[in-house]
Formats: sequence, structure tokens, C-alpha cells
Amino acid sequence: MAGPLVQVEKLSKTFGAGETAVRALAEVDLVVEAGEVVGLKGPSGSGKSTLLNLIACIQEPTAGRLSIGGETVWDGQWRVPDLRRLRRERIGFIFQSHNLLPFLNAIDNVALAMTLDGVDRSAARQRAGALLDYLQVGKRASAMPARLSGGEAQRVAIARALVNRPQVILADEPTAALDSERARVVMDLLRQVARDQQAAILVVTHDEKIFDRFDRMVALRDGRIEQQQRSAA
Amino acid sequence: MNLALADIRHKLGRFVLTCLGLGLLMAVALSMVGIYQGVVTEALALSRSLRADLWVVESGTRGPFAESSRIPGDVREMVARLPGVAAAGAITLRTAEAQAPQGTIRVQVIGYEPGRPGGPSAIATGRGLGATRFEIVADARSGLPLGATLLLGRYRYHVVGTTRGLVASGGDPLIFMQLRDSQDLQFRLAPAAARRAIAANAGSGGTDTVNAIIAQLHPDADPALVAETARRWKHLAALTDQQQSDLLTLSVVNRARVQLGMFTVVLLFVSAVIIALIIYTMTMDKLREIATLKLIGAPDSTIVGLVLQQALLLGGMAYVAAVAIVFSARDVFPRAVVLGPGEVAVMAGVIAVICLLGSLVSIRAALRIEPQQALGG
Ligand SMILES: Nc1ncnc2c1ncn2[C@@H]1O[C@H](COP(=O)(O)OP(=O)(O)OP(=O)(O)O)[C@@H](O)[C@H]1O
Ligand SMILES: [Mg+2]
Repeated sequence: MAGPLVQVEKLSKTFGAGETAVRALAEVDLVVEAGEVVGLKGPSGSGKSTLLNLIACIQEPTAGRLSIGGETVWDGQWRVPDLRRLRRERIGFIFQSHNLLPFLNAIDNVALAMTLDGVDRSAARQRAGALLDYLQVGKRASAMPARLSGGEAQRVAIARALVNRPQVILADEPTAALDSERARVVMDLLRQVARDQQAAILVVTHDEKIFDRFDRMVALRDGRIEQQQRSAA
Repeated sequence: MNLALADIRHKLGRFVLTCLGLGLLMAVALSMVGIYQGVVTEALALSRSLRADLWVVESGTRGPFAESSRIPGDVREMVARLPGVAAAGAITLRTAEAQAPQGTIRVQVIGYEPGRPGGPSAIATGRGLGATRFEIVADARSGLPLGATLLLGRYRYHVVGTTRGLVASGGDPLIFMQLRDSQDLQFRLAPAAARRAIAANAGSGGTDTVNAIIAQLHPDADPALVAETARRWKHLAALTDQQQSDLLTLSVVNRARVQLGMFTVVLLFVSAVIIALIIYTMTMDKLREIATLKLIGAPDSTIVGLVLQQALLLGGMAYVAAVAIVFSARDVFPRAVVLGPGEVAVMAGVIAVICLLGSLVSIRAALRIEPQQALGG
């Protein structure tokens, strides 16, 4: 494969214009390689979510270049015709709040992401079930999201993000709703996925207790990368 | 998996209640159509049930329904002899208040000669009229059972047979009796002065007055031609059955069409607005879910399908409820509600179009939802 899975070059994002313009990201450079788990920290408002949203193609950058899997996605304009298809096939997104669809049970929430990709329902459910087992929530497969505990719901959401075997996994404070024990389990899981699937994983977190679970920590401040450090682990 | 169904199942109680409420509204709209059809059917029921090809009435009138018509009873024989006429019968028509066992009722009394045209087309229970006097055949709408007695102008009449669905254009049930009985009744019910005048003329056969002669033609006879022959006779006018039906439709039905048509249009418009609002609310309730769907890569077709399927399900279920309500309640309706598969199908089409149009705004709104709206909070 040509180049790193995620490559961000001089990426900027400004919200609004004129006097009220907010420069959320300023010329950020970042690379995440296959199999790497990178942590993103920084004070509130420093641009962490914005960076994630840009990489996920949820928001459009104002300047710079973004490539995913060696393919240029944005360099002044979108280079990919169907962004949703790109997200569906190559990007897994884990929200801070789980964002499960309340009207589908756990396994269908996971399987849905596959059926959207054209996989038939029974095959999708089979893979979804296996993934839930792997994330140790297989027993809750037929439960509705409202009946899941915070940790269970978050793991179902992680299963949904993983189900299409995305090359890039983006997680915005996935452990915020979890106790430190659960948080560590989730992080270990992501590490395992990165290794098994050779995925590039970028995780926003404030949680110092799990900093040691990352290959590398990137710190943002005022929309700029303040420091990048290899983890002690 | 079907997202529209899954979401509805998730909020089933609310959806069912919404459908029922909407169903009631549609039921009213559907009844309007049914009542209109009922008015049309009732208006034509009388002339149809008498199976007349030709109506011979007083000259210069368009009787006997739209205008009053009085002709001598012996005209019947002349009409019967006209070329092309197979059978002719004299009839009288008048509305009257009568004492039924259950109370006072308004009826349309038809006098005819049994064995000649003018009688009921079919008997539901009991038998038709025979030679015995003071017998009547009453329509079921009058509430009179077989064997009951009806008091009309101080005479008692015995119900020997009943019919079904034979009513005058105002909805009054038809009561059939012998022509002689009806002419006696006419005399009894007439004001005193008129009665004296009739009695004075009795010697010259003045009491043998009828309202119309109805003729049944040979299959190959041309009604217009026979009517023309009849018209040339002094003091007579003739209308074909088609002209008679047109007259009835014009006088009775047009007024009803305007009134009921307006109601129906207003109700459908209200339904459309309510459907659009409900669909919009249902869609905006799912704003976050729709944003999430877009975020995990659902194409627009999935989103449009979700909104559209729910709109059609809502309209469909509500319409099924409406049809069920109308058909189970139409017997307790004071007016006839006539709905055939045609009307039910046309209405279903109208509802479907309303649902499609009503969901356009919601679809537009749903397509405008940004994926990042899933992220907030
Ligand atoms: N849609 C938006 N419109 C305008 N300004 C925005 C928008 N989204 C973010 N911002 C601004 O951009 C800056 C960076 O926001 P961002 O959400 O990326 O911060 P963050 O690092 O994720 O913060 P937190 O830790 O609180 O989640 C902030 O000043 C924020 O107010
Ligand atoms: Mg954030």
C-alpha cells in the first residue's frame, strides 16, 4: 500500500468568516500508520473533535490535504465522489455517546452497517454476532439499546464501527462513559483490532489512566500540534 | 432489516394511536363520499325500482318527482296501446306521515295496480300485493316488520311484504299499496275544500286521478320515439327514464354534490395538513438517528425510504382503520352510506398521494440533516 493509512498535511479548519471566524485547526500535520493506535489529547476547544471529523469526512477542511489509504480525499476540494460510501467502507467511527439506533436491538445495530454495504442480512448478523462475542457482549445481542448499560452500549457501538473491517478507526472519547477498568478493556480491544486488522486507530481522550495504552500521544492546543511523544509502553 | 418498521415497532403504542386518530378523520371524509353516493343512489332508487322505460305525465310538467302531475287514470289504456309499449301502469305518489308501532314516520306512498308496472322490483320477505285491500309492502327502512299495522289517514294497513333499499330521494322509505287504496287515501288526506270539489266531480270519474303512467317498452322500441308519440297527445308529457334520472340528479344530487363535495375537499385538505405534520414530527424526532445513519454511511435512498415507508404505513394503517370504522358504523348512520370497491380504491389512491406529498417536506428536511448533528451532546 502506498503511504500511511491516514495522512494529514497542513490541514486547517476555520468555522465562520470575518470577525466571528474561529480557527479550530491550524496547519496540522499527522500520520497514522497501519496497526498504530494514536491518542489525541488537549484542552477543551483545542480542536480534537474537529480533527477527527475532518479525517472522517464529516466536515470539510478549509486548507491542506487529507489522504486515506494513500488516496487523496481532500486537497482544496473533495476528490472522492461518494463520501458516505467512503465512510461506510473504510472508516469506523466511535462516538462519545454511543449513538446506537434506539429502535434496533444490539445485533441489528451492528449488522445494519454491513447491510448498508450490500451484505445480506443473515451473513451480516452472523458477523455481528461474532463481533459482539469477541467484545464480550454476545449475551446482550437481542437487547434494545435502552436496556444496555453504558459499557455494554459502548462496546456494541465499537462492534458497529468495526463490523465492515475499516482501515481507519476514529474514536471520540470512547471511554468517557466507562469506569477505568472497562476503559482499559475497550482500549485493549482497540489495540487488538489494530494488530489483527492492521488498522490505523486515532482516539481522542482526556483519560490519563489509559495514556499508556497508546503507541503515541499527540497533544493539541489552540488548533496546533503541541507535541508528539512515543508512549512509555 | 426494515428501519421504518423497526422504528414503528419501537414506538408502537404511539403509532397505533396516531393511526386511529387519523383513521377517524379519514373515516369522516370517507363517509362524506359514501353519503354522497347514498344520496345519488337514493335519488335514483325510486325511479330505478319502478323499472320504467317511459314516464307519461301531465302536459307541461316534468313530473312526477320534480313537479306535481295529475292525469286521469284512463290514460293508462291509451298509453298501453301505443306502438312499442309492452306494459303500462298507473301510479300515484305522495309523501305522508304515518303511525307505525314505533311512532310517527314519514313515508313515500306509491299506489299501483298489482300485475302492472309500478310495483316493487323485488320482495325481501313476505309476498307482494294481491287482490286484498288495505295491504301494503313496506321497505325495511320504515322499521315495519311483516304483520305490522300502519295507520295512515285513519285507515289501517297490513304489512304483507318488505323490500330492501327502496327509498325516495329524501330518504323516506317506500310503501306500496293498491292504486284504489292510494286514491282513497289521497281523498282522505286532501284538505276539506279540495275533497268537496273532488266529490262533486265524482260522477264524471274525477276520483280516478293518478300522478303518472309508467310504461315498459318492447326491447326493440326506441324510447325517444315512443315519448314523441305520447307527447303529441293533448294534456300529456312524456319523459324517457334517462330524462327522468337526469332530472332527479339535477335537482337533488347537484345540491348534495356541492355541499358534500366541499366538506370532502376540506376534510381531505385538513387530513393532508395533519398527515404532513405528523410525518414531519416523526422525522424530526429521528433527527439524531438520521444523522447517525448518514455518519455510518447510509445512502440517501435509505433515508428517503425510511421517511416514505413510514408515511405510507401511517396513511395505509389509518385508512384501513377508517374503512373499518365506516363499514362497522354505517348501519347506525341516519343516511345511507354507499361505498363500493371503486370509491374505497379511489380514496386509497387519494390518501396515498396525500401521504407522498405530505412527506416531501420531511424528506427535504431529512436530506438536509448533517452527519455531524449526530455528534452534539
Ligand atoms: N460547528 C462549529 N461551528 C463553529 N465553531 C465550532 C464548531 N465546531 C467546533 N467549533 C469551535 O472550534 C474549536 C475546536 O472545537 P472542538 O470541538 O474540535 O474542540 P475539542 O478539542 O473537541 O473540545 P472538547 O474537548 O471540549 O470536546 C472550538 O473553539 C469550538 O468552539
Ligand atoms: Mg470534542
